[in-house]
Amino acid sequence: MDKNMIEGRVWKYGDNINTDIISPPAYMELSIEAASKYAMSPIDESFAEKFKKGDILVAENNFGSGSSRETAPLTLKYLGVDIIVAKSFARIFYRNAINLGILAIECAETDKISDLDELEMQYLDGIIINRTKGETYACSKMPAHIMKIIEIGGLVPFLETLEK
Amino acid sequence: MGMTISEKILAKAAGVEKASAGEILWAKVDKAMMDDILGPRVEIAEKLKSLDKNIWNKDKVVVISDHYTPPANAKQAEIVKFTREWSAANGIDNYYEFVGPCHQIMVENGHALPGKVIVGTDSHTCMYGAMGAFATGVGSTEMLGVLVTGEIWFKVPETIKVVWDGVLPKGVMAKDVVLKTIGDIGHAGATYKAVEHVGTTIENMIMDERLAISNMAVEMGAKVGIIPSDEKTEAYLAARGITDGYEHYESDADAVYCETRHYKAEALEPVVACPHEVDNVTAIKNVAGTVIHQAYIGSCTGGRYNDLLEASKVLKGRKIAKGVRLLISPASKEVWDACEKDGILRMLSEAGGTILAPSCGACLGLHSGAIAPGEICISSTNRNFLGRMGSKDSQIYLASPVSVAAAAIEGKIADPRKYL
Ligand code: SF4
Repeated sequence: MDKNMIEGRVWKYGDNINTDIISPPAYMELSIEAASKYAMSPIDESFAEKFKKGDILVAENNFGSGSSRETAPLTLKYLGVDIIVAKSFARIFYRNAINLGILAIECAETDKISDLDELEMQYLDGIIINRTKGETYACSKMPAHIMKIIEIGGLVPFLETLEK
Repeated sequence: MGMTISEKILAKAAGVEKASAGEILWAKVDKAMMDDILGPRVEIAEKLKSLDKNIWNKDKVVVISDHYTPPANAKQAEIVKFTREWSAANGIDNYYEFVGPCHQIMVENGHALPGKVIVGTDSHTCMYGAMGAFATGVGSTEMLGVLVTGEIWFKVPETIKVVWDGVLPKGVMAKDVVLKTIGDIGHAGATYKAVEHVGTTIENMIMDERLAISNMAVEMGAKVGIIPSDEKTEAYLAARGITDGYEHYESDADAVYCETRHYKAEALEPVVACPHEVDNVTAIKNVAGTVIHQAYIGSCTGGRYNDLLEASKVLKGRKIAKGVRLLISPASKEVWDACEKDGILRMLSEAGGTILAPSCGACLGLHSGAIAPGEICISSTNRNFLGRMGSKDSQIYLASPVSVAAAAIEGKIADPRKYL
């Protein structure tokens, strides 16, 4: 991941994309690879097929509400989701995403973003440029203690640095 | 400036004098709970091995196979087998299986004590707030960190104080109290925050009822849903042989809250959460008459002794409607045995109910009562998300156990008060 600059094409969803939508319970006994085919399927059966690495997942309020299941960010990550922009995130999902090295960025204006818009994210500076629409939005900057975990590549690499 | 319960517990766990909302602290964890569906098998076992680190304290780890028990197929059986074998190989003596949803098992076995910091790989870990604990759900990678270090970072939460005073009318249960609260605060209204439930209504509740309230804190986005522990908590634990090793905390009179809400219990009537969000709450009379196909009483939210007892009062001497199935899954083996001993299971069965194993099962559509496309279920569980109990073309209404029982009798959503 380039430091402070990510460009990509948008797939856009609305409010309350909960973990039962992202990772439907019926498929949780499958491997992450197999389960990822059903990611988002209750609202968008084509998600797994159309989302390509480098694309940006954008939603509105309360993304990832519900369960603590890490299969939600894991299946998204498997499909190539490195960055999620939403108006707000549910607490456990937010932490899970960070721990897996997924950038979770809050932006109050995601309602202005549409499917297939091209975004340029300068996430350390808190700026999102919508090239398609010629608009600029403010977004959250990662708190320093969280950026440390992301910079080292997630919580597991961080744990590797600890003494036994 | 005083401190809230959450601030006090976190300060203690972090070894500091004082904590206030917004600070980031590293807290020592008292118990770490893993279930089968999100426990060792999701990366934890594998990564713990590749990190080549030891578990910080085996006695503080609890593993419970509950979501996939009894297994519906070979895959689920394999996950339970893996969980069992991993626990044995790692010297986890606190391993439970086939005895009911993890949260009820934690509480019944004294793993959720007042004043402690507890984390679990399941989002409804917040239920132990009813014991006066600071308890919250975490993901599996975060759990891996806890297993290795025994610590976790928290941003000390702001607290919303919710005060319920007075006596609940007949036919109105703790479940109605929490649904009403969630309907008002909204499903994200308490995100990152703690909710503190106080007032005479809460004080007068037995533990079964308090647990139903704290269980649903995460449905308003909250980190914890805490209820001050008291002599009722003590008696509950003493009945299980636990008389020390914990501390009570209460918020100072000058503690700072980000918001305070007041309710009068007398004014509450039975409510339901309509599809597909838990805060989509309305009075039951507004949806009375909605046809249902399945009525479900169970789970770590609405399957305790008191829930089955109250439902049995509605169903006693009556029969469920033709074409409707009433499924009952007691929240634990302990609940099962107590209800069996007191004739409650017999009453429910005679009314036409089917008694199932204590399990997560139908609560998330894994087995024992998943619902088909086009079907409607009224349930005493905690989530009505799209597709949760089975088909994504089905619908779930959440209500109290007595409201579920009333709906089973009529085959339609109904006001339970006429049956009490
Ligand atoms: S009973 Fe339902 S809410 Fe409780 S732990 Fe099991 S699946 Fe989760």
